[in-house]
Amino acid sequence: MTSIRVTETPLVTYVLRRADDALVLGHRLSEWCGKAPMMEEEMALANMGLDLIGQARALYTYAGEAEAAGHDEDALAYRRDERAYRNLLLVEQPNGDFAVTMVRQLLYAAYADPYWRAMMSSRDATLAAIAAKAEKETAYHLRHSAEWVVRLGDGTPESHERTARALMTLWPYTGELFETDAVDDAMIEAGIAVDPASLRDTWRATVADVLGRATLTMPADGYMQKGGRSGRHSEHLGHLLTELQYMQRTIPGATW
Amino acid sequence: MYTQGLASGVDTNERQLEDAALLQRFQERIDAEERIEPNDWMPEAYRRTLVRQISQHAHSEIIGMQPEGNWITRAPSLRRKAALLAKVQDECGHGLYLYAAAETLGVAREEMVDQLLAGKAKYSSIFNYPTLTWADIGAIGWLVDGAAIMNQIPLCRCSYGPYARAMIRVCKEESFHQRQGYEIMLTLCRGTAEQKEMAQDALNRWWWPCLMMFGPPDSASQHTDTSTRWKIKRFTNDELRRKFVDATVPQAHFLGLTVPDPELRFDEATGHWVHGAIDWDEFKQVVAGNGPCNTQRLERRRRTEQDGAWVRAAARAFAEKEKSHRNAAAAA
Repeated sequence: MTSIRVTETPLVTYVLRRADDALVLGHRLSEWCGKAPMMEEEMALANMGLDLIGQARALYTYAGEAEAAGHDEDALAYRRDERAYRNLLLVEQPNGDFAVTMVRQLLYAAYADPYWRAMMSSRDATLAAIAAKAEKETAYHLRHSAEWVVRLGDGTPESHERTARALMTLWPYTGELFETDAVDDAMIEAGIAVDPASLRDTWRATVADVLGRATLTMPADGYMQKGGRSGRHSEHLGHLLTELQYMQRTIPGATW
Repeated sequence: MYTQGLASGVDTNERQLEDAALLQRFQERIDAEERIEPNDWMPEAYRRTLVRQISQHAHSEIIGMQPEGNWITRAPSLRRKAALLAKVQDECGHGLYLYAAAETLGVAREEMVDQLLAGKAKYSSIFNYPTLTWADIGAIGWLVDGAAIMNQIPLCRCSYGPYARAMIRVCKEESFHQRQGYEIMLTLCRGTAEQKEMAQDALNRWWWPCLMMFGPPDSASQHTDTSTRWKIKRFTNDELRRKFVDATVPQAHFLGLTVPDPELRFDEATGHWVHGAIDWDEFKQVVAGNGPCNTQRLERRRRTEQDGAWVRAAARAFAEKEKSHRNAAAAA
């Protein structure tokens, strides 16, 4: 099926970015299904994946309403190409081993948790309502991933090494969490969005605390990768979307 | 059913050794529909049968995550994706509390999992068939979960308390899954020609393996007698299969699908649907390990165990460190 073209007002773009973050990360977590290191963790990974897919659905629906062009959650998720996806590069990074997945979750949740908490006072009532639910969920994601990073970092020499490597691999994607552009500025100005710069200290403190308990060293901020917000992704996203969008592209226009 | 690989009945010598009075008292309790609880006296063969049955049921739930998990990343809508992920998560949950129910009989989860990985334990033959299209997810919910419910509802009255109680919760979730699967089929059948064809193809492939889920015909089943006397099993394989066929054929007709059995007919005299001959050779082959996905399913489970070994080692090491810190703090 041909892809849709979204008319991106600042609000539409802003909401789509959050929706794409949630869907892509939720999809990544769903890839773990049946492969988790223990059954209890199957349950936890599925829980987090379900929370994120639920957040994505609410956000896509709202983006569609804001665009008012008749695009529902599925049109926005299944019929945009990788260049139209607006998620952070961090969330599209492959699952790797369990350490990569948990470090990725920690780095994202340490941001998303205070982000959604702050968004509860957004002037946009819909976003504030979505935030109220998402905040509770991300608080759990943060706690769960932090516990694992501590366990893995301070577990065996092997788990320590794997976790340290995961941290080095993912660190260059953390700068993008705090990037802003004209879309953000407009939304911050309107009292709809929080300024990500205001979350940076909280994020650093959270991550530093977890890494300290995990006997891991916080990497130095080197060159940071970015581009996800404007649709310049890593090569991984295209494969993820190929799989995600397979059915909708195979039998166009069907109801599922 | 999920425990169709059960092989043996009671060891005669063993039974003779057990106190006849205890045995009689045990049977009286069963006959009076009392629940047997973990600390109650029970014949060794009862314990062994239950451990095998419950652990096979648990293994089926865990292996059963694979064919459905195969479509989570490709589910055709966000609603379907979330529902499928939640469903597969439920299966894992069933596995967890079934292992816990088996543990009340004195066997550790690790031991049961080891038996599965070593290829020594059985799980339901149905999960050795591949899921080739999205319609298979509908067909599994409708037919496989439908068949499972037929078998599991009577298990809610099983004489062994922990198993019966686990089954009550499992059944609630399974009937939700069954409705969800049927709703997927209904959507496909009301959809495009391609979607309906997909639904028919799925029914064609899953129908016969689902009838096999109930296990060998009563004429060939070795262990029904003891299990029935102990009220672990309340209906025979053929009775359950007939219930399933009677319930399912009209559902297929409502969908506008054709049951892939040219001999299928409604018997006015008995009021039951009568199906054609089941290919029991195929069933034996699948149970013996020669189904389309047997190797792949076990291989995947083993690889998952292997890949997760370092994580479990880390968790154990960390727990040990925590414990010694606590002890040191307490000593100081």
